[in-house]
Amino acid sequence: MQIYLPIAEVSVDAFVILGLGGAVGFLSGLFGAGGAFLLTPLLIFMGVPPPVAVGSVANELIAASVSGAMAHWRRKNVDFRMGGVLLVGGLLGSGFGVWLFGILRKLGQIDLTISVSYVLFLGTIGVFMLMESVRAIMRHLNKAPPARRTRHPNWVRALPLKLRFQKSRLYISALLPFGIGFFVGILSAIMGVGGGFVLIPAMIYLLGMPTAMVAGTSLFQIIFVSANVTFLQAVSHQTVDIVLAAILLVGAVVGAQYGTRFGARLPAAQLRGLLALMVLAVCGKLLFDLVVRPADLYSIAVVPVDL
Amino acid sequence: MSARFTLRLLFVAVVAFAAPALAARPAVAQALVADISDHLVAITAGFTGTNVVVFGAVEGEGDVAIVVKGPERDITVRHKGRIAGIWVNENELQFVGVPLFYLVATSRPLGELAPPDILKRHDIGLENMRLAAKRAVPKEENQEFREGLLRNKLRQKLYFAEPFKVSFLTGRLFRSDFYIPANVPIGTYSVEVYFIREGQVVGAQTIPFIVSNAGVGADIQYFAHAHSIFYGIIAIFLALAAGWGASVAFRRI
Repeated sequence: MQIYLPIAEVSVDAFVILGLGGAVGFLSGLFGAGGAFLLTPLLIFMGVPPPVAVGSVANELIAASVSGAMAHWRRKNVDFRMGGVLLVGGLLGSGFGVWLFGILRKLGQIDLTISVSYVLFLGTIGVFMLMESVRAIMRHLNKAPPARRTRHPNWVRALPLKLRFQKSRLYISALLPFGIGFFVGILSAIMGVGGGFVLIPAMIYLLGMPTAMVAGTSLFQIIFVSANVTFLQAVSHQTVDIVLAAILLVGAVVGAQYGTRFGARLPAAQLRGLLALMVLAVCGKLLFDLVVRPADLYSIAVVPVDL
Repeated sequence: MSARFTLRLLFVAVVAFAAPALAARPAVAQALVADISDHLVAITAGFTGTNVVVFGAVEGEGDVAIVVKGPERDITVRHKGRIAGIWVNENELQFVGVPLFYLVATSRPLGELAPPDILKRHDIGLENMRLAAKRAVPKEENQEFREGLLRNKLRQKLYFAEPFKVSFLTGRLFRSDFYIPANVPIGTYSVEVYFIREGQVVGAQTIPFIVSNAGVGADIQYFAHAHSIFYGIIAIFLALAAGWGASVAFRRI
């Protein structure tokens, strides 16, 4: 069924959009990482202009992460204190990132910067996570004792402003999650995504949070980050297509519920392994696009006019 | 059905009024009278493209060429090159006032219609379309960027490689159907109809039409621009409510 999107100014098949939303919602419920990574490029491929795709996906992410976060909250898997500290860092970081984005764009080749940093980040994180989860699964098969929890190096333990995060059973400096939130905020502003892909591995490996707690806490903070992006995009560029977001989010909220349920049944190590494979798949696709000769070396863009 | 019926009526009207008028005053008469079936293409929620018919009558022997042009905007064409194994945008050229939609229909192949300079003067045919670059570059480079632009527009299905058909129903009545696709840009369009005899344009008429948003879509677009702060807040709250609603609904299942 074709439907016309008023802001994107294109007609799309509503059922395809609904299915995309559902698949991405499922992933976000499962891992706590949004699927903006996958969703935004797919929408652009369908003919939605890139700025509209970014703005509308941010809008849809709010719904998906509320739906997912509430499901996790019911299982008592959200560390609000940790989420709050990450969020403060994230909001400040995304402000800084928007400023940095402007400078990079003036220097030219912003698209290239985005693609190359994606490939580097995803490649590193993906390989690292995959190796770790394979080791964990092997240990499980060999009935070996589980690995010790992450021990923070001395300089981390020496940091001031220590806070007790009861839910995560951590007693660490608030500067650590703040810094991670800030860094991810920069990345999400420059790359135009929620940041779950980077945030989740950081929470597991750098903060040493229990895997069960990670997805819910990440979703909790993505609600606010994506609400911030939606608002800024709507006010400054009018690129939030409410019709597109509405169709996407119907699929996404339902998908997120199933994703959460499915995730609860999977062992943590396998869950991390699956996420690692997905990260590597996206990384591979981006690398492929950078290296393989494009079908047409020429591309066009309409010069925007100020109304 | 009713649209087609209206079209028939219009057609009959043209024949009934235009033809005798032409016949009565051959010396000073317009050699060409034409109109289109829709002067307003309204894009509503279910828009999947539409047909527009150009029809009219000519005085005497000759051929008809129709050029349909969409809203004109500046377009940047970028060329990729390989640096250190990675494909990067190397250089770009901007073209000024490029029609976002362009279509040609003729009653005879372009080559037999008129000499190239005449076709170029009236932008008849893709290869004759004038495109002005914003800065001066060598001729070959300009040509490559121009062809890159045309290829991209053909892929978007907003330009067409071959001219559409203009058919004569009798000696003097002609019509041509063309399709406005779903991804058509909104704005002001023009239909230029040329009457060509022995390689010379002996009659011309320009008919404007408008493609615009209508219905709920237009309201949403207006609201997004005029009240962007409220729009943003509403978008956020709709998403929050939907997420919460789904979560509550699924709890019961």
